[in-house]
Amino acid sequence: MEFVQNFPFFSILLSLFSGPLCSVIGGKAARRINLAVITAIGAMSAAVLHFTIRTGEAYVYLMGHFPAPWGNEIRAGVLEALMALFFCVVMFLCMVGGSLERSLEIEESKENLYYVMVNLLLSSLLALIYTNDLFTAYVFVEINTISACGLIMIRQNGRTIEAATRYMIMSLLGSGLLLLGICFLYDMTGHLLMSNIKEQVQILHGTGDYHIPLLVTVSLMSVGIAIKSALYPFHAWLPDAYGYSTLSSAAILSSLVSKGYIFLLVKIFYRVIGFDIVRDSKIVNILFAFGVVGMIMGSVSAIKEGNIRRMIAYSSVAQIGYIYMGFGIGTTAGVIASLYHILSHAATKSLLFVSASGITDASGDSTSFFDLTGAGYRNKLAGVAFTVGSLSMVGFPMFSGFISKLLFAQAAVDSAYYKMLPALIALAVSTILNAVYFMKTVIRIYTPADREEVSRRGFKNVTVAEQKAKSAALVCFIVLNMALGLCSEPIVRLLSEGLNMFA
Amino acid sequence: MNLANLANNYEEAIAMILFGIGFSNLLLQKNLIRKIIGLNIMDTAVYLFLALKGYIAGRKAPIVVDGVQSVKAYINPIPSGLVLTGIVVSVSVSALMLALTIRLYRRYHTLDLDEITTRLKKEGL
Repeated sequence: MEFVQNFPFFSILLSLFSGPLCSVIGGKAARRINLAVITAIGAMSAAVLHFTIRTGEAYVYLMGHFPAPWGNEIRAGVLEALMALFFCVVMFLCMVGGSLERSLEIEESKENLYYVMVNLLLSSLLALIYTNDLFTAYVFVEINTISACGLIMIRQNGRTIEAATRYMIMSLLGSGLLLLGICFLYDMTGHLLMSNIKEQVQILHGTGDYHIPLLVTVSLMSVGIAIKSALYPFHAWLPDAYGYSTLSSAAILSSLVSKGYIFLLVKIFYRVIGFDIVRDSKIVNILFAFGVVGMIMGSVSAIKEGNIRRMIAYSSVAQIGYIYMGFGIGTTAGVIASLYHILSHAATKSLLFVSASGITDASGDSTSFFDLTGAGYRNKLAGVAFTVGSLSMVGFPMFSGFISKLLFAQAAVDSAYYKMLPALIALAVSTILNAVYFMKTVIRIYTPADREEVSRRGFKNVTVAEQKAKSAALVCFIVLNMALGLCSEPIVRLLSEGLNMFA
Repeated sequence: MNLANLANNYEEAIAMILFGIGFSNLLLQKNLIRKIIGLNIMDTAVYLFLALKGYIAGRKAPIVVDGVQSVKAYINPIPSGLVLTGIVVSVSVSALMLALTIRLYRRYHTLDLDEITTRLKKEGL
């Protein structure tokens, strides 16, 4: 046993304990601790990633050295380490990019509480990524929900409290279904560790016993997680929650929180049930249908929206639809496309949120579409960053969105004919709709504004020197996005390698 | 699929009916307090189901009071442990929901979530 194998456990504990620590210290110190913790965990995840690539297999870490059916386990492989590293990078950039907004929008006495929530959120994400125990996963799903709710409502106004309430209600419905599914599974198999459950489920599937309960269980868990990750039509809370919370919260919620749940769903499909059984159960077809509808409807709602942040939020609904469509295709290629899209969407959506705030800074903090005229000239870097994010979302080559669309299309072509056509049509239609609302905004921010109007409204030019942190985050996001788009081959290879050793 | 099975496992059936009641209350009620009550009914139904699954007729709770007894004297302790964990989770989310409800009530003087949404739209913020 090498020392590096302890790192997944260390990173969960580090973020878990730094949470309470932040509640007793001041805001500035809490902020430094938070950034240090994210950096340390990112470094540890990179070490784990290097280790698992070198050994070429996943390893199981016993918690407290109790052997398999009794103890609690952590399981780390290439996919888990890659996700953990990527989540840390995105979270770090979101925290840096939103630091100015946080100091303006959060009461000073409550600033340290924000970092409590962020640290707990990180620890729950890491636990969802690494754990091998289904009930532990449930507990951390709830911790994730509670801390995400805190992130939404830290900026106190009517909208955010209402959004947080709606978010809690939908999330609790989802976790109720998930919990019931876990209880059914425990009842049928007598295990809580994922690998042990899978053995028993395979036996049950072979003998044909408990066919209907197994089907009900898989659907309960899928629907529960779909509700929690805001698959259309369960997205009612999403635009308000992303649109009115403080910038780092919106970026973290859209790019990481829903992805943690989706990663848990992949885990349930591959490690708990077995993907063959899930595919035979036809549950994936339902996910496919909702994913396709979500891809279209999310974009349609985004086109109708006049508030730039709510528009980006509705675009998330469409992107979650893409991810579920990838699962719905029911092939390994489809799942790899979805996993890649998790990375690509996380990098792009947080870029869009941060750059949109840069644009609104140059428009007197107005998020209304018509006030953004010419904002690309007033804040040059944010304009470029927003254009990059938009092009990536639309699927322009060189950027990450193009690769995920390509992977989805390839997966669709290799699938059954009754899925190939809807998938390809939905991809094409959704791409056009994406282009409509993103290019509309890009054209708007590069339309020269009336000079008198600008000086009358008091719109100021924003330079890089004024917003150092945000500009640095934007540059890093652009680099990350282009790295995903240009060097997709090794990443896709890592994802498929990771998926092989995942189950 | 026959009714005899349903009659034999009527406790589980009751747990599922309770889950349905709680779930639909949480989803459909407009009043926030009723929603929270629905949430608690839903969670409790799951705990009832778990407790039933761990129970073995004629045995005792696995708490050792007079020296170690044979394994055969006790029921399965794991579902009880899960119920305890679940109760902790549901207490914390209920507390959070109640706190949010208080915040909303102080601001809007109503518990009706739809009414609050309409007013927010009117405020335009």
